[in-house]
Formats: sequence, structure tokens, C-alpha cells
Amino acid sequence: MAGGSPAPEVPTVGLDKVTVSYGQFTAVRDFSLAVEKGSFVTLLGPSGCGKTTILRSIAGLVEISSGQISIGGQRVDDVPINKRNIGLVFQNYALFPHKSVFDNVAFGLKYRAVSKPEIARRVGEALEMVRLPGSEKKLPSQLSGGQQQRIALARAIVFEPTVLLLDEPLSALDANMREEMRVEIKKIQKATGITAIFVTHDQEEALSMSDQIVVMNAGVAEQVGTPAEVYDAPATAFVADFLGKANVLPGSVDKMEGQIATVQLDAGQAIRAVSPSPIAQGARVSVVVRPQKLAVGSEEGSNSLSGRVVSTSYLGASAVYEIDIGKETIVRANTLLSGPILREGETARLGFAPEGCVLLDAGGRRVV
Amino acid sequence: MGWKLYDSRLAWTLIAPTLLLLLLFLVLPIIVMTAYTFFTFVTAGVETSVLTLANWKEFLFDTYYHGFLWKTVRVGATTAILCALVGYFPAYFIWSTRFRHKWLLLLLLIVPFWISFTIRTFSWIHILGEQGLINVVLLRLGIIGEPIPMLYTEGAVIMGLLHFLLPYMILNVYVSLESIDRTLISAARSMGCTSAQAFREVTLPLSLPGLGAGLLLCFVLAAGSYVTPQLLGGSRDALFGNLIYDTIMGQLNWPMGATLSVVLFVLLGCAAAAYTRYMGMSQIMKGLGG
Repeated sequence: MAGGSPAPEVPTVGLDKVTVSYGQFTAVRDFSLAVEKGSFVTLLGPSGCGKTTILRSIAGLVEISSGQISIGGQRVDDVPINKRNIGLVFQNYALFPHKSVFDNVAFGLKYRAVSKPEIARRVGEALEMVRLPGSEKKLPSQLSGGQQQRIALARAIVFEPTVLLLDEPLSALDANMREEMRVEIKKIQKATGITAIFVTHDQEEALSMSDQIVVMNAGVAEQVGTPAEVYDAPATAFVADFLGKANVLPGSVDKMEGQIATVQLDAGQAIRAVSPSPIAQGARVSVVVRPQKLAVGSEEGSNSLSGRVVSTSYLGASAVYEIDIGKETIVRANTLLSGPILREGETARLGFAPEGCVLLDAGGRRVV
Repeated sequence: MGWKLYDSRLAWTLIAPTLLLLLLFLVLPIIVMTAYTFFTFVTAGVETSVLTLANWKEFLFDTYYHGFLWKTVRVGATTAILCALVGYFPAYFIWSTRFRHKWLLLLLLIVPFWISFTIRTFSWIHILGEQGLINVVLLRLGIIGEPIPMLYTEGAVIMGLLHFLLPYMILNVYVSLESIDRTLISAARSMGCTSAQAFREVTLPLSLPGLGAGLLLCFVLAAGSYVTPQLLGGSRDALFGNLIYDTIMGQLNWPMGATLSVVLFVLLGCAAAAYTRYMGMSQIMKGLGG
């Protein structure tokens, strides 16, 4: 591996206050991140949030305006892309159409002074790993989309890069193939122990594959954490909404009892929510609660909201309701079905625990 | 109405005018010309429909014609190769530039077509002639004592053809480059290529179809050229097209002129067919802006 093995405390990829601007437009602002060796980190966000720009700046395809980037403990500001020892996987596969599968996979090794028999052995191994052995002589055009992406993956890992960068590698695949590849990429990443940075706008991909998720919006990181952290304890209203479409209900604090705040919702009803630190009475807050934490028709937990069912989606074992809890505030509830399904216009009761709620302050940041 | 979308009757009706034009003004004349090759030449301007193989025998056994044929192929090939060598760089430049108004550069390629081809060819006389720009400047500077003969040489003919054909080559290569997915280059770079190596591994091989189409187009147009050798070449620099003109208009020998025309037609047709077989016609269509 080029650059030698980094000491354990040195991140495999480090970004320190990186800013990327194009003229007036700032694509990424003051972005810092430390990616540990062997971890799988996902940059998650809507299109235009700067996630691909970060990936491309790590690769050396985009020049950063300020800050610094290190790979394997070495600053790479002046290192051209071909000397950074990175594996890149693109959304459109980017296989060389005029080269066979073997020549595609062998490409990186050819530029690393590896002997011919060794190249053949390692290409064979890589193809074995992506479960396409014996496809050496085929041209990329003879492969399906999923197969092409697996060859692209083999090509990017065969020369043991310091870090594997994946730029929305699953978006061009159809739904079934996407799920299969998700599992496969994760498996290969674990088996090789390679450090991976993955870019996606798909929250399911991010939640299922990552060790760490960086939720991005408008060029800045909104939250960095494990999948469970970002899902259960969203740091901002944006994260709450982007990951799983949580209900964000505005209101003001009525009273504080220990760690429980009672919030008078603008919609008219009151909710009790856990607050790690005391909040002044009258302060504006938002209560975030996941649709999955709302039990329809039960009195579970000490919170109870009632409202009129606006729409019903029957999903077999469960159902998704949209419920108007007053003043046209719509709450989504995803609940397991036990009794008969509720129809539009009927009244529903929602039960949930204060522990299932997260409080955001007036600035939209989580109360900690 | 009784018409369906994709009705075959509708399709035939729509292409009928074009088909008719092609039949009347392309296929029929070629058939007539081919028939003429078997007619008997009596004297200037007179031939009879008595069938003979004399014209074909004359072409096959007279080395005079073979010399012309060889020279035509040589000049055509030289011009095409020079076009490729000179034309690749501007095409690559237009493709790779970050200049915001690329269309302007492409427009510059089309601008010469606004001026008559004949006039553009004539302009070389003022550059290469004894009283032309180059000779006058060199004489005034005292670098040469007497004018260098440049006009009415094979070099002048090739120069004129190059001037005429270069835009075709550049456009063909440009279109081919434009169709290359740029992430392929990023991919090659990420795996360890310098930009020169990435050019050799990715850009050049993937632009070869355009280069091939340009070579064919330039070869066919150069080998079939008539005006350029007429204006810029000496008597020894005549190409096959001039030979045909001379046979028909000078000697008024229509049967022999027809024979030579069919020969040139078949030769250039074969070049086009060989290219189509190996490279695909679609590339030429793309190059022509289709």
C-alpha cells in the first residue's frame, strides 16, 4: 500500500475544514471528517448537498478552495489523482468499453509494476470475489448492469487502494438488483477490510450499510453518527425529515418536570417529551416523533393524541395513516394492525411514550 | 382515413419522392454510364451502340491509365493522412477546452463553407504563385534570389485539398471525442494513469472510429476531386477526375470516359464499403451531423 500503514490514531481519510467554491457558489463549507481504517462511512443527502463534491475532492478530481485533505496520514493537496492510491466506483460503472473484463480489472495493477502472472492471479481472485469468475474475455457491453457494476467494484479493489470511494454506485440499477448489490458490496468491504466512503441519497442504503453516516445539507454536515444515532436521535429538523420522514410538531414548553417537558402543540394538544436538559417555560420547540413509534388505537405510553384519519394505506401487516390532529397539522403513523383498519374520516387515537420523542430548540437543533 | 401509424403504405408514400429522385438521377445515370462502357467509339463525338469490350481492354492493358489510378490513390491517401495528423489536434482542443463558447469554435470550422470552394482554391494562387505572398516576402527579405516554384505542383494540390477537407476531419474526430464518457478518463486517472497515459489508454482508442470516418471521407473526396488539381496542379498533377473530364470533354470519347467513371466509382465505392463493413456507417452519419 502506498504511503505505508497509518498509525491507529491517524484516520485513513481526514478532511479538515474543507471548502469547495465555484465562483460565487459554495458547494462545501468548512467540512471536517475523520474516517477510521476499515470503516464504512456514508455521505447521505439530497442532490446538490455537496456529497459528491467531497468524494471528488478526496479523489483529486475537484480542487478544494481551502482546508486540507489527508489520505493514509499524508496530506494530498499537491498529490495528483493517479498518485493518491484510491479506488473509484462510479454511478455509470465507467468500464472501458473497448477493453475486456480482464483488461478492465487488470488496469490498476498494470500501472503498479505488478508482474504478469501476479496480475492474472489477482484479477482471478477479484472476479471470484464479485462472483463473476470466468468472465475475463467478455466485453463490458456483454454484461448486465449489475454485472458491470460488480466488475467496476473488482477493478477498484484489486490493487488494494487505501480507500474505496463509491459515488452512488447503486442508483443506476433496478430495485431488486440494488438490494442484492447492497449486501454484496457490504460483504466484500467486510471481507477485505477496506476503508470505504459511500455517497448516496437513499436513506435505506445508508442505514443498512454504514458504520457512520454523515447527513449533509447545503454543503455542511448536519449530523455525523451511527445509523441508530442519526435515526433515533436526529440532531436537526432536516435530519429528522430526511431520514424516515419523521413528524416534526411545533409548539411551546408548558412545564418541566425532571427530564420530562410538557409541550403545548400549536395544533392544540399537549405532548410529554424527554428533554436531557431543562428548557425554560414558554420556549419554542419542535417535537420529533417517528411514524413507527405511534401506535394507532392503543393507549401505549403516557402520550395520547387524537385526530381524524385523512388517508389510509394498507400494507398487509401494517398500515400507514395520515391523521389530522387539529389546525390541519398532519401526523403520519406507521402502525402494526391488530384490529380492523380505520377508514378516512374516522377518529383515531395515537399512543406513544415520551422516550420516543426528540426535542428540537427554536434553532432546529436537538436539545442535549 | 384508413391509415395506421407505422402503416407500410404510409412509409412507402413518404419515401417515394426521395426514392424516385434517387432512381432517376442516381441509379439510372449509373446504369446508362455502365451501358456506355460497352459502346463502340467511332470518332470524336460519335459512338455506336455496337457492343464491344474494347474500352475495358484499353483500361486494363494501358499502363497510362494505371499510372493515373495509382497517383489518384496516392494523392488521396496522402491528403487523408495529413488531414488526420493535422486535424486531430484542433478537434482535441475544441473538445477539451473549458472555453464557455465552444459553439463559436465549431462555427469557425463551418465559416470556410460560406465562401465558394472554387474561390477558396483560387486564393492559393495568390499565396503560392511566383508573385504570391510567400515568394514576394522571401524575395523582399533577400532570403531567396528567384521565386521558388510552388504553384502547379503536387504539393500545391495536396495543400489545396488539405485546406478544403480539414473541417470534415476535425468535425468527425470532434464528434467521436464528444461521445466519450469523461468519467472513463477519471477512472483511468484514479487507477494510476498520468493524463498522457489516460489519453493513450482511453481517449485515443475511443476516438479512432471518428478518425477512421474522417480518413475515409477525406480519401473519397480527395481521390474524386477535380477542381483542385485543375486549378493548383500542373499538367502532370492531373488526377483521375481530370482524366475523365479530358476524355469526355476534350476527346469527346464518351465510351472511354464512361469506363473511367465507372472505375473511379467502383474504387471509391469499395473504400466506402470496406469502411462500412469494419467501422459502421453510423460514424460517418454522426460526423456529418446526422
